[in-house]
Formats: sequence, structure tokens, C-alpha cells
Amino acid sequence: MTNAIEARGLRKRFGKATALDGLDLTVAAGEVHAFLGPNGAGKTTTIRVLLGLLRRDGGDAVLLGGDPWRDATALHSRLAYVPGDVTLWPAMTGGEIIDLMARLRGGQHDKTRRQELIERFDLDPSKKARSYSKGNRQKVALIAALASDAELLVFDEPTSGLDPLMEAAFQECVNAERHVGRTVLLSSHILAEAEALADRVTIIRAGRSVETGTLADLRHLTRTTIDAELDGPIAADSLPGVHDAVIDGTKLRCEVDNAVLTEILRRLAATGVRTLTCRPPTLEELFLRHYEDQDHDDPERVRVTPSR
Amino acid sequence: MTAAPAVEATRSRAFPGTGALTGTGALTKLALRRDRIMLPVWVYVVVIGVASNAYTFAKLYKTAASRESLVSSGLNNPALVFLYGRLNGDSVGALTAWRYGVWGALFAALMSVFLVVRHTRGDEEAGRLELVRSASVGRQAPLTSALAVAVLANATLVALLCLVLPVLGLPAAGSAALALAIGTCGLSFTGVSLVAAQLTSGARAARGLAVGVLGVAFLARAVGDATGASGPSWLTWVLPLGWTETLRPFAGERWWVLALPVALFFGSTWLAFSLARRRDLGAGLLPDRPGRPTASAALRGPFALAWRLQWPALAGWAAGYAVLFAVCGAAAKGIGQLVGSSGGLTKEFTRIGGQTAIINAYLTALMLLGGLVAAAYGVSAVLRLHAEETADRAEPVLAASVGRARFGLSHLVVAFAGTAALLVIAGVATGLGYGLAAGGAGRETATMLGAGLAQLPAAAVIVGVAALAYGVVPDGCVAVAWTAVGLAVLLNIFGQAFQLSHWVLDISPFTHVPKLPGGAVVGAPFVWLSVIALACCAAGLAALRRRDIG
Repeated sequence: MTNAIEARGLRKRFGKATALDGLDLTVAAGEVHAFLGPNGAGKTTTIRVLLGLLRRDGGDAVLLGGDPWRDATALHSRLAYVPGDVTLWPAMTGGEIIDLMARLRGGQHDKTRRQELIERFDLDPSKKARSYSKGNRQKVALIAALASDAELLVFDEPTSGLDPLMEAAFQECVNAERHVGRTVLLSSHILAEAEALADRVTIIRAGRSVETGTLADLRHLTRTTIDAELDGPIAADSLPGVHDAVIDGTKLRCEVDNAVLTEILRRLAATGVRTLTCRPPTLEELFLRHYEDQDHDDPERVRVTPSR
Repeated sequence: MTAAPAVEATRSRAFPGTGALTGTGALTKLALRRDRIMLPVWVYVVVIGVASNAYTFAKLYKTAASRESLVSSGLNNPALVFLYGRLNGDSVGALTAWRYGVWGALFAALMSVFLVVRHTRGDEEAGRLELVRSASVGRQAPLTSALAVAVLANATLVALLCLVLPVLGLPAAGSAALALAIGTCGLSFTGVSLVAAQLTSGARAARGLAVGVLGVAFLARAVGDATGASGPSWLTWVLPLGWTETLRPFAGERWWVLALPVALFFGSTWLAFSLARRRDLGAGLLPDRPGRPTASAALRGPFALAWRLQWPALAGWAAGYAVLFAVCGAAAKGIGQLVGSSGGLTKEFTRIGGQTAIINAYLTALMLLGGLVAAAYGVSAVLRLHAEETADRAEPVLAASVGRARFGLSHLVVAFAGTAALLVIAGVATGLGYGLAAGGAGRETATMLGAGLAQLPAAAVIVGVAALAYGVVPDGCVAVAWTAVGLAVLLNIFGQAFQLSHWVLDISPFTHVPKLPGGAVVGAPFVWLSVIALACCAAGLAALRRRDIG
């Protein structure tokens, strides 16, 4: 299977600010790939470089087998994009814009599919874009993208303006796209979205990819959260490899490095277990930990602190 | 219902500082901060314009005799009267008021329009006003702060002119009259644009409406002045720009004329505030109707999109051009009669080429104005590219299968075609107007069509500069493009008064256009002006293909 997107060491500077600092991203054809990072990490910049809207200062990028800058026009007829902040032409109706976007891509929507999506997302296509809320503007762009026959769908924070019902509709649609074999790249800081949709995840921070893999891969590196009620009291220092332990009489809540999970369970069993809940870390926890650790290692922080 | 005032009173006691005007001070400060560069530039341009004219006249024509001979050399010819207004007397002050009074008032009016719309409908359309109004800010505070900024700007103008002109040796009373004439014209258009901002739901349309009124005011005055007693001279009296003349600064000031712009200012401001009370945030006077649920077959690609976005503005311009140039064309007949009837003038004009020559000079000036304004239209159409890009609406288009060059070209085509169309309309309307009034409609229309189109290569150069600026310096392109327009206006309308040397005047492409009708047709300038325009566009598009978007 070929890769739909392959970026190596992408660099982009805006004046003195570095937006991308050697970013890697690989999206296999046919997968749903989530591109995660906090605000300002460089998600949108990466997408704009991949769309040929920005010129990369360094690195290599191959998009659908072509160069995103040089072959932009030809490549764009094979992809559909939903920007993070959707602005529409105020005097045009949603329906007109949906049709226009298809034609600008050089194609034509399947009329049934267009109608289906409009009903699914509950959009009034005869209203002027001026009167749409943020969520409705987003729906216009989503419908335009989903109704297309593009082989790659690029969504930049697609659900930021949608209500939970519409978010669910969006997730259903993306899952459906996965089954027809379309490739989806989805940037987000909403981790539940990535958990619900993504086959693989790339986490970026300060313009660099810090982690990439399936969610299972990422969880392997991390801790399990344990909630237990025991027969007797237990001392925290008798448990190696445990973090953030909170002990309240016979109740224990802690995080455990997966490498020592067996050992911990053995010790808990020795004390006697009444109830036990183990759960994998949510992406949130994964994410938070990642940044905490990074911040501790960040040389700039070390430099700043002594000068105070 | 009787309880309502009591409830109202309790409310205002319970929530002190929640009146309709709460927050006006803070918003005014914010507006002044946002305009800290633009506002001084406008004020500077107007004040320096008037002052440098006064200085030039005082320095070049020291004696009464030299001024008298200047005046009799034909300053009262209809073409100049059309452009600048009537000359009242031959003092330095009168000459200054003549050369820059109407135009100073025009600039003050433009300044007021841009200021007011930017801080009212502009913020409202961009959604910023929603955020502002959600704070402890009264319903009328944004409107009031825009009003305050515009009044402050015009008051500064008046104060500076009252200070500067007497320093240059002009009489204090006349200086005050000229300053007030300019400042109150600014106030009139403050009121007009406050109303315009209530009527339309888009800032672009509001600006267009107010500038349209200004255009009508300019041409009403121009036609009223140029046709003299034989024509509809009452036109000078009906709208603001004419009042700068009827006030007669430096020529026995008629102070009561100031009551007219002041009344217009108060009346229109009152209207704007009562309209604002009645409407919802974000709404115009007319509600948005539902539109097509699907796109028409014609809306196919970037060119159709550019046309769709730009045609309403172009249609407005075209309608304005058709009416105004037809009227100005018809007025040319009155000019001929005026010259024929006055003995002394006839002699003077026969010397410089007779009645035909004077009508031709008038028509040439009219076409120059048509060319300059058409260039301004072209620039605004090109800058639509920049507006689309900064509003992030270029992004989805370019992320579809549309190349940079095609995207750029789509709006450039509209800009050039629109500029050409306006010049065709200017020529044909003038020719028809004149021909139907004076006879020989067919011949005059053909002649004037040629004269109108003769301006196209020069206008195209200005439009090309805007295209080049958009490609090369996207952040500064608005300033560069409008500076190009301003420079052309400055050189071709005021250049000779400053006695600028020829090579300076040659900077403007309009200097190289043959004087038509009447002058000799020389082909060379058309060719090289067109080449420059095309080269600018090509370079601009090439730069657009290489740079970052957004």
C-alpha cells in the first residue's frame, strides 16, 4: 500500500518565528489519520504546506504521489479540504457554495449524495452565508467535501463549531468514508474525536512530530490507571513504579507504568482485593503527560529559571 | 403601560451606567488608536493640499496685476470651472479657495465616509461589534463613537487650517470660511455615511452608497458651475460640495450658507440614530431573502465566481457613470452658448481656438476625470483579491483545483473589463448627451467613444500597478495601489498649479494620453502604456505563484 501523504523534515519559518521545525508525517492510503497537537503546534501550517498554499523552507513532501507545491492544481482535483475557520461569501447561499466548490475541484456532486448529506447535517441550503452561524458555515464546507469523490479528505479541526449531534453525524460519515477506502487526514485538539475515528495518530508539538503510531502503540508506552478497594491498608512506598498514588484508608488510586503492572497486581492481590478497576489512559492523559515530560526536558526552561 | 417609565427608572437605578451611550468613551479611544496612522495622513493630505496651494499662489503671483493676468488667461474657462469650481475674485485667498476648496471638501468627505463606515458597518459585518456589544456597551455607543471620531477629525482639520492659512498671509475671516467650508462638508458626509451604514448589510455597499452620493454632489456642482447662468446653475446650491463655493471664502463671505451643511449633518445623524434604534445587530433595512438552494449552471469556475462577486459593484458604477456622464455631456452645449454670448470672453476664446476648442477642453477634462475614476474602480476590483485572501476565502478556492494564476487572473479580468466598460460608458454617454442636446448624436458618440477609450491604457497602468503590488507586497498592496491613484489625481488635477516640472508630471500615465477630443491622435503612448500595464500584471501574477497565501 502506498502512502497518501509522506512528509519528511518539513520546515517553515514566518520571519523570525519557526512554525515547522522538521516535522514528519506519514499517512497511509485508506487510513484515517489524526493529527494532534495543542493550539499553535503547527497543524494548520502543515496542512497549508501540504496544500501548496505555503511554500516549505525545507524538507520533502509527497502528496498523492506528487509535489504539493509544483503539482498543486492537479493534486487538488483529487482531494477535498475543510479549513479550520470556514469563511464563506456572505451574499451566496450555502447550496450555491457547495456546488461551486465541487466545480472548482473540476468535478460534479452526486445529487443524491448531496441531498443525503444536507439532510443528515440538517442544513438549509437556501440561506445566505451571511446569516449562517459558525456551525452552519462548517456544515457547508463539510458537505462540500464529503459529497465530493476525492480520494483524500483533509479536515482541519472539523467539528470545532458543531453540536454533539452533528459531531456524531460527522463521525458516522468519516467511518463510512473509511469503508469505501478514502484516506482521511484530520487535525484536532479534541482527543475524543481522534480516539473515536483514527486508525493512526501523529502528535506534534512546537512544529515537530513527537509521536506517531496506532493508539495501541501509544498506550503501550504509557501508564494504566488503577482504582482499587483492598482488604487492608497498604503503604505507597511498598509499590515500585507507581505514580500519583492517592491512598485513603483501604482505597487506592494510582497510575502504574505498564512494565511493572504484573508486579503491582501481585502485591495488591497479596493484600486482598475487594474491587478493582483498571483502564487504559485516555488520549487526554497521554497528551498531558507528553507535554509535561517535554517541558521538563525543555532546555529553554532550564535557561530561564536561574536568571530569575 | 403607565408602569413602564417607573420600571425604566428602577432599572437605570439598579444598573448604573447602563444607558444607550455607555462605553462610548472607551470605544472612541479604541477607534482613535486603530486609526492612529490613517487619520493623521488624511488630515495631513487635506491641510497640506490647501496650504501648499496658498503658498504657491502667494509666491508665484505676488502682485495684484500678475494675478489679474493669470485669471484673465482663462482660469474661468468651463473645463477648469468644471474641475475646480467658480473663481470668486483674484486675491491669493480666492485663488486658493478656487483651486482646492471643492477638492479639499471632497477629501474631507471621503475621509469621513471611510472613518464612519469602518467603525460602524465594517465592524458589524466582521462580527467584532457582537463581541463589543456583549460587554457593558450601550446600544448607540458604537454609532456615537464613530460620530465622535469623525467630528474630531473634521474639527482638527478646521482648527489646523484656521491656524495655518493666516500664517501664510491670508485674511483670517476668509481662512476661517474656507476651513469651515471644508470641515462642514466632512460633517455632511459623516451624517450621510452614518445613514448609509444603517441601510445596507455590508460595509462595501455602505461605502459605495455614500461615495455615490459624493459623486453625485461633485457632478451636480460641476455641471451647475460649468454651464453658468444659462444652465441649471441651481445645481451648485443643492448638495454639499457646491456649498464650499456659495459660501464665498475670501470674497465677501456668506456665513449663513454654513447653516446648510450643519442642518444636513444634524438631520442625517438624527435619521441614522433613529434607524439604528429600530434594527437588529447585523441586519440592514431589508431582510435577507432565501436564495437558490443550488448553484446555477453558470457558476462554474473561478472566473464565474469573480464575476458573481464583483458584478453588483460594477453595475452600480456603470449606472452612475451612464447618468452622470450623460448629464455632463448635455451640459457641454451650455458651455458653448456661454462662450458665444459674452463678448470679451469670445475674443479670448477665439484667440485660443474658438468655441469648439473650449468645448473640447471641457470634454477632455471630463474624460480625464472619467479615466481617473475608472482607474480607481479598477484598483478596487483588483484589491478584491487581497480582501478574499485576508478573509481566508482564497484558501478554499486555491485548495480546489484552481491554480494561483487562474485565481489572480479571474479578478484581474473583471478589473480590466470593468475599467474598459466604464470608459466606454463615459464616452458613449457623454457623446449621446452632448449630441442629443447640440445635434449630431451619431458623430459625437463615435468621437467621444474614442476619447473615452483613449484613457484606457493609462487607467490600465494604474490597475496594473495594483496587480503588481498584490503579487509582490500583499501586506502593503492596498496602500501602494491607492497611492498610485492618489498620485495620478494629484499630478493631473493639481500638477500644473504647483508648476511641477515636466518630468514629474510625466510620472502619471494620464499625462501621456493625447488630449481628446480635438488633439492629435498619437499611437505610440497607447502601445507603450499597454505594454507597461501588461508587464505589471504578468509580474504580479508571477509573484503570486511564488509566494505564500494567507
